[in-house]
Amino acid sequence: MEFLILLGTPLLGAMTLGLLGERRWAPEANVGFSLLTFLAACALTSRVVAHGNLLVAREQFFIDAFNVFLVTLTAFVGFTTALFSRPYMRIELMHGRVSTAQLRLYHSMYQLFTATMLIALTTNNMGLMWVAMEAATLSTVLLVTLYRTPASLEAGWKYFILCGVGISQALFGTILLYFAAEKILGSAGVSALLWTHLNSVKDQLEPAVLGLAFVFLLVGYGTKVGLAPLHNWLPDAHAEGPTPISAVLSGLLLNVAMYAVVRCKVLVEGSLHSSLPGRMLMGFGLLSVVLAAFFLWRQRDVKRLFAYSSIEHMGIIAFAFGMGGPVANFAALLHMTVHSLTKSSIFFAVGHATQKAGSQLMDNIRGLITLSPTVGWGLMMGTLAILGTPPFGVFASEFLILTTAMKQQPWATPILLLALGVAFAAIFGRVQSMVFGSTTAKRLPHPPALVPVFAHLGLVLTLGFFIPPYLADWYRAAARLIGGE
Amino acid sequence: MTALPWDLQLLNTLAALLLLLSFAMLSQRRIVSLVNLLALQGALLVVATLLLAWRTGDRHLYVSATLTLGLKVFFLPWLLHRLIRRLGVYWDTEPLLNITATMLVGVLIVIFSFGLAQPISALASTATRNSIGIAVAVILIAFLTMITRRKAMSQVVGFLSMENGLFFGAMSATYGMPMIVELGVALDVLVAMLVLGVFFFQIREQFDSLDLKNLESLKEDQ
Repeated sequence: MEFLILLGTPLLGAMTLGLLGERRWAPEANVGFSLLTFLAACALTSRVVAHGNLLVAREQFFIDAFNVFLVTLTAFVGFTTALFSRPYMRIELMHGRVSTAQLRLYHSMYQLFTATMLIALTTNNMGLMWVAMEAATLSTVLLVTLYRTPASLEAGWKYFILCGVGISQALFGTILLYFAAEKILGSAGVSALLWTHLNSVKDQLEPAVLGLAFVFLLVGYGTKVGLAPLHNWLPDAHAEGPTPISAVLSGLLLNVAMYAVVRCKVLVEGSLHSSLPGRMLMGFGLLSVVLAAFFLWRQRDVKRLFAYSSIEHMGIIAFAFGMGGPVANFAALLHMTVHSLTKSSIFFAVGHATQKAGSQLMDNIRGLITLSPTVGWGLMMGTLAILGTPPFGVFASEFLILTTAMKQQPWATPILLLALGVAFAAIFGRVQSMVFGSTTAKRLPHPPALVPVFAHLGLVLTLGFFIPPYLADWYRAAARLIGGE
Repeated sequence: MTALPWDLQLLNTLAALLLLLSFAMLSQRRIVSLVNLLALQGALLVVATLLLAWRTGDRHLYVSATLTLGLKVFFLPWLLHRLIRRLGVYWDTEPLLNITATMLVGVLIVIFSFGLAQPISALASTATRNSIGIAVAVILIAFLTMITRRKAMSQVVGFLSMENGLFFGAMSATYGMPMIVELGVALDVLVAMLVLGVFFFQIREQFDSLDLKNLESLKEDQ
């Protein structure tokens, strides 16, 4: 029941807002639908925590320890972003950057995007997961090009083609997976693509085929995660689309794609009995961290800056999942959570800041602290959090990842530390001059929505001090699951 | 060597024709012909699917053949032709790499694909296992088409040809994916093309052309 509401609400929302999205209350309706989705996710979570895993709709959908926390996170950030988008998009409308018809498209696609991500997370069918991931790209392409500027069209085209080609590789990987599974599970019925069934027979699957399948799956879903060298679409799409979309792309879509990679890795590792998939993930991860850290120095656009920071963090997560083992998996899951919360709160603050300054170029943004102390402090704290300064949750997860790396992969630790240091210097210097300094910009007509910013940062701060026991249990259960037990 | 039954011989011929069409697409610069080649590729897929359906008696392959016929032979080519007429893009400009060199790379790709598909073909129990290598080659050649073209429209045709290759791969390795997945994939392709239609008009409105060299300003060293 909760499950039906969870998937039904955003779909219903997409239809309603698609038909009636030009009304004045559309932004509020968007918030309402997102809130309902979030409440359904909470109800679902409490049920899974109380009664264990859930299989619904002839096993086509399932909830276990790994995806349930991502479902809640997705619904939560989806809700807070809707809160942020309400005043933000109203101001864009007043500035004449979007028309009411475009706003209707925006709201409808926002709900559809949430729905596709939730389907990708909860489906048990690897084929459906592919379909939902592709649908997530399609629902956001027209949002990236919402402003119709030359740069946004270019970004949208790149996003469409690169992710389209990437995801085709993942489809081939899925076909190979089905090919291997069909021999064991039989093609009668549709059980040969169900993850739970595959997981129970994974050590009988043909290693040669699964190894090849994983290469295609990693390249395919890895493109969507934004792993280097397949990351080119990511900074453009983040910089040129509306800021609420940057927040959900960075905070949620990348997580969902990473989730798909990890689900595949569990199967392949079980079949191969070797660390090859893990090593591949570590390699791509490390490359992304290093590349992103050095690209950070060359950025002038504030949204591009934080998009590169997302690539860096996805690299760290991929590296941690690649190392494997209970501690590294635990840390990677924690990092997924805190990165998602922190990065979306940064994009909220950046969104208000760019609207005030009327420009996304960092040279034009000055003196946020005098203009609006809350936006200024929000951006400053968010930046400190994402850079891994101690009291915040990102510090806890990065610390865990680094200490595990010292034990398991000592060669990688100096590289990671160096990249983190370079990223720190690059981002901190820029943000400092944006927050402090003098300014002449004017106040905006609608008060900014700052509750989401501080709610997210508060959560990240709490996670840095103390992880509630049920959450820790949950992470541990998920980490065990990923470890293949 | 024992002679193959006639239907398998026919299937292998179809697979070879599919690959030949991929090469034709690689060298074709007229966009209208490119779309026609794509439709022809779709038609070959339909015949191959029907033949397999008849051979195995698998009912879901008939459904999938109908789906392919409707979507890839009629609807998508019709949509693309309409877009070409409305946007007035008939010729692609000189490809990034000259045609002869591209064809040579294509030949290398075919050799590589057969090498790559070897372990899979060896394990496959389907009658069509020899075609897996061809499917991989079709996918990679479509990829090459996308890389070497400048016009947005030719890249899209390349993208769809890649989808054809994937479909053929799924069919030769496993007689097609489960129905629900196949329907989902078809839906995604359909929506992707509709989104693209909207997108093309936006690009045209902004640049007065569909040449992708207009879309090369977002670089790191701006």
